[in-house]
Amino acid sequence: MVKGKIDKGARTASIVCLILSMVLIIRLFQLCIIEGQNYKKLAESNHQRIIPLEPLRGIIFDRNGIPLVKNMPYFLAVLNIGGERNSSGDINSKEIDEIARLLNISPDEIKERLKNRSSTVTFATKEFEPVVIKEGLTFEEVARIEARHTDFPNLSVTTTAIRRYLYGSVGAHLIGYIGRINEKQWESLRHEGVPPDAFIGQWGIEKIYDKELRGIFGKRIIEVDAFGNELKVLRDVPPVKGKDIRLTIDIELQKALEEAYGEKAGAFVAIKPDTGEILALGSLPSFDPNRFSRGAPPGYWRQLVEDSRAPLLNRAFQSQYPPGSVFKIVTAIAGLEEGIIKPSTTFHCSGGIPFGNRFFRCWKKEGHGQVDLKRALVESCDVYFYEVGKRVGIDKIAKYAMALGLGKASGINLVSEKKGVVPSSEWKLRATGQPWFAGETLSASIGQGYVSATPIQLARLIAIIANDGSMPDLKIILPEGPQISNGVSSEIDRQKFIGGNNPSYFKMGVGISRETLEFIKEALIGVVNEPGGTGGAARLPGIVVAGKTGTAQVISKAIETHKLSEKLRDHAWFVAFAPAREPQIAMAVFVEHGGHGGSGAAPIARKGIEIYFKGSVK
Amino acid sequence: MSKLFDRLVHFDWLIFSITVTLSLLGILTIYSATRMPEYEKTVTYATNVDELNNPNPYLSHQQTKEQNSNQETNAYLKAKVTIRLDLYQKQIIWFFCGIVVFFGILFIDYQWFKRFSYGLYIFSLLLLILVLFIGKNTMGASRWINLGAISFQPTDFFKLTFLFALSAYFVDLKGSKIVETSKSFSGESNGFGGGSNSSGLTARTILKSFFLFVFLPVLLIFKQPDLGSAAIIFITFLFMVLLYGAESRVIKMAIIIGLISLPFLWPLFWENLKDYQKNRIQAFLSEEVDPAGIGYHIKQSKIAIGSGGFSGKGYLKGTQGPLRFLPERHTDFIFASFTEEWGFLGGLIVISLYILYLLRGFETAAKARDDFGRYLASGITILTGIYIFINLGMAMGLAPVVGVPLPFMSYGGSALVSNFAMAGILANIRMRRFEIFY
Repeated sequence: MVKGKIDKGARTASIVCLILSMVLIIRLFQLCIIEGQNYKKLAESNHQRIIPLEPLRGIIFDRNGIPLVKNMPYFLAVLNIGGERNSSGDINSKEIDEIARLLNISPDEIKERLKNRSSTVTFATKEFEPVVIKEGLTFEEVARIEARHTDFPNLSVTTTAIRRYLYGSVGAHLIGYIGRINEKQWESLRHEGVPPDAFIGQWGIEKIYDKELRGIFGKRIIEVDAFGNELKVLRDVPPVKGKDIRLTIDIELQKALEEAYGEKAGAFVAIKPDTGEILALGSLPSFDPNRFSRGAPPGYWRQLVEDSRAPLLNRAFQSQYPPGSVFKIVTAIAGLEEGIIKPSTTFHCSGGIPFGNRFFRCWKKEGHGQVDLKRALVESCDVYFYEVGKRVGIDKIAKYAMALGLGKASGINLVSEKKGVVPSSEWKLRATGQPWFAGETLSASIGQGYVSATPIQLARLIAIIANDGSMPDLKIILPEGPQISNGVSSEIDRQKFIGGNNPSYFKMGVGISRETLEFIKEALIGVVNEPGGTGGAARLPGIVVAGKTGTAQVISKAIETHKLSEKLRDHAWFVAFAPAREPQIAMAVFVEHGGHGGSGAAPIARKGIEIYFKGSVK
Repeated sequence: MSKLFDRLVHFDWLIFSITVTLSLLGILTIYSATRMPEYEKTVTYATNVDELNNPNPYLSHQQTKEQNSNQETNAYLKAKVTIRLDLYQKQIIWFFCGIVVFFGILFIDYQWFKRFSYGLYIFSLLLLILVLFIGKNTMGASRWINLGAISFQPTDFFKLTFLFALSAYFVDLKGSKIVETSKSFSGESNGFGGGSNSSGLTARTILKSFFLFVFLPVLLIFKQPDLGSAAIIFITFLFMVLLYGAESRVIKMAIIIGLISLPFLWPLFWENLKDYQKNRIQAFLSEEVDPAGIGYHIKQSKIAIGSGGFSGKGYLKGTQGPLRFLPERHTDFIFASFTEEWGFLGGLIVISLYILYLLRGFETAAKARDDFGRYLASGITILTGIYIFINLGMAMGLAPVVGVPLPFMSYGGSALVSNFAMAGILANIRMRRFEIFY
């Protein structure tokens, strides 16, 4: 009776149990085996919090071991609210109000930051990560937070380092600044372990040598429990401090030159001719990189971008100008080397020459009279070089201009560097589709018309002449130095030296004869030291300075320069080296709308040379 | 003497070893899941502060302060450790109680339970009423009665007496029914044992047994609130009715009435649920609607199980439990804690042990010497089986989160003892299957 029924019932129930257990086992197989890897990762991300350990950024020194930047402690107030289960926040608005009062900020600001935490902190932050609610705390605020630790257990202070640029705006274009990494940069750097909220070099040396300066990020993997309590360090990969860098820059020289500009805009580059080391490189007006150190405040950034004087532009290599009479050096070398003129060759200057249907003026209306080559250089007679240019031809001039480094990049990894223009018939056909007109040669031979160059190119040109026709590649950093405690390792970096992988970069394409160079140098000494020389303003007692003025027309010359409004005035150039016999410094000074090279730029060069030899500089 | 020898021969070593193995695995897992994670000095975000060019004296002060507060936290955590360690120690004590109860029950002929079934039933009902008034309130539920050092759940005791009483009632019914059956020869029958000549339960007898043994206690348990146990007792009752066999028209009628009344009963049922219970059901039905992040339980349980992989992370290597990502890590979700450390293999073994236990239970029912033994063994096995499948299904995300412990493994003294008692009864029934009716 019942027995048979129960028998069957027990059998049915057993089968049901077996089927259910198969379902369970299949499900277990699915979870453990098929999706196991995925769940392993989820379990790991549950209990592991990865904190990037920021390396200290390398220090940038000048050539004499003077630090140009410093890492300063920087305090952040951080709110550490739990994991995803209480993403709505286990912090109530009353607590937020009290924290806001403690930190002297508005509660709405905190709420805003909490709400936007994934976007404000970084674009890749986990919800677990602490939210920064105030930056740049004062010591007093830090003390206040610490004192109230028991009241606000979620609130803590995080210390990080901030970059301080000790010379402010001096050399700002060259040294550059750091800023928060953007999404695109992060994509390309993440494989180097750079976290998404890192600060990296965004400009200048900080950018070019970012990889070395940055060091290597470490990480700390911390075990956390479900309430976000940190339990222990599972793994610690310590950060590696960034390498220090010693620049070739002499900061005192840099500072003196920038000060000499006053309110004027322009750029300068000074080079040590025998080594190619850049002693100073600046652009004015400048900006204060310290205001960028935690990301540019929008107001300051807009102000810089909208400023008509373009303070963010590095005029030393990011813009090109007609070199004016400085280019006469090239024309003279071309004439001499091609055998078309001799130093003794004379031409008559009567204030200009007619050519084609145009009259080409000399800057001196009344004319220079009969002049030889030296006199023509010393007094910067235009007519003489019209005559030379006419005879040499544009393509020969271009050959020597190229040989002296015009039209070529500096070879230092500079950001958005301009290459200048060395015009030739071939170039014009390529660039404009039109043939070269002979009249254009005349303009080019005095450095007007199509010719243009950057200050760094003209500095290199004059340094090559000062160094007897050749020069090692330009350098911006020094390999080592006794002043540097940490020692930039020797692999920083042959490669990083400009043209380090390309040592013959500036070997002359065409040899310039010793006689020609000696003559040119002699003439350039005359420019500064002889009566009637245009560069008299650069004359220094005790040091023989050689140089060449240049005045680049902004508009066709018809009106007296001093009567023109600032915007339309000529650009002033002065290239110089000293001491003339054994040059230790060569430089190009460019003053935007500075008027005549002799009055606008030469005094600045003199100031620089004076400071350089005052003994403050080795 | 020969009787004792017979009993030793017929002693169900399989049931005994399965239950002991599962309990020991449970104790090991309780220890692992509730152990304190290693705690070290942390962990400042500030990096290389001392390396900064000009170290700030203030900072070192700050660090010492931090260390001090860490020590305080350490002391606090240690205090917690001692309480936690108690859990597995308590379970060991309960385990020995369970063994004693298991063997104690072996010496009583189970007929004794039939004789006292109604009395025990009424006593346990009184306890259920009592617990509503003097129950210890834990996490919004009053399920425990506190007896000085120990506390126990009357529900666990009730499960036993409910099965005694229902089995006894069915046997009595059968006895009176035999006459009926012979009278109306042509009765159809249904349920597990379909095909037999017995006419089965009529609507009247079903309702009678429902109101006698189910309605009041389920309501009381539901009020505690212990949704899981209430549901399981109700479902067990339904299975028992099916096992006994009910008239086919009664079953049809029950289904129709159930469907019609569901829209009216559901709001009534829903309104009486606590918020967390509603949330659990909602979270299970739809992963998007997760009002209080209850899906979190299921998710963390799945993470724990899945991250075990094939062979597990190794004993004491699990992180989900001790770091408290997994809620109820030593009670309702102990299977997840276990599988995280022992993997698919471990889970497979545990599931197999439970299946073996259930199959043995049904086999015992089939072999029992009398109807009471049959009903009782079936009831025990059905009840335990429902617990097992709901718990494992819940842990693996196949069933909603209802607070149902896993028999033998989950932490909980009275549940463990009552499970051992039920295992003891199964062994008892099996052992006496050849004995002649007294």
